[in-house]
Amino acid sequence: MTLDNFLYYIILPVLALSTLLVFIRFIIGPTISDRIVALDLLITTGIGVIAVYSILSGQPTFLDIGLIFGLIGFLGTVAYSSYLEKRKKK
Amino acid sequence: MMDIIIVVLASFGAFFILLGAVGILRMPDTYLRMAVTTKAATLGVGLILIAAAFYFDDVATTTRVLAIIIFILLTAPVGAHLMGRASYIAGNKLWEKSVSDDLEGKYKASRNFSIAPEKPGKSEDIIENEDYDKN
Repeated sequence: MTLDNFLYYIILPVLALSTLLVFIRFIIGPTISDRIVALDLLITTGIGVIAVYSILSGQPTFLDIGLIFGLIGFLGTVAYSSYLEKRKKK
Repeated sequence: MMDIIIVVLASFGAFFILLGAVGILRMPDTYLRMAVTTKAATLGVGLILIAAAFYFDDVATTTRVLAIIIFILLTAPVGAHLMGRASYIAGNKLWEKSVSDDLEGKYKASRNFSIAPEKPGKSEDIIENEDYDKN
């Protein structure tokens, strides 16, 4: 079993399964905070998928997209939490 | 030899990410879910990125990977702290089996809380507490 086959048939399906599990929490999350945490974890898992894909395709340029993904995830979490704090009581 | 290192690192990384996903689905509380997000998933992504650095075996790629890992390690606790405070102020209940709540009584039940009050420490949403001020 070569390295490419291992990454294709074991690592990527495990990452896809975990993305699916997090997405279930993203759908059913009872509060907005749960959804924001699930979104953060989705983006973090996406960085892992990008790293595996850069190994498979042999192009390290994809890791830059991972860096930008992390930046977008952090900014999204900060923005959502600040608006959640400012929200008026219903 | 290098393939074995890459396989082991990628396997552990995927395993920890899977643990984080199962944890965020099964944990009973927003705050416990947040704990899973900041620890297990960060470790898993870091291991997979280190595997990518071993595969390319290049100074430029290793520097990039270290930048991503340090960035994630710096921003994950900050984001989780902001998110935890926001969800506490928004009124999320703790799990009924939680044993301690250090913020109990520090904030009113109101959701009208601004990040930057006009005078620090004198915000109308923070209850005056003498013991808290002395320490």
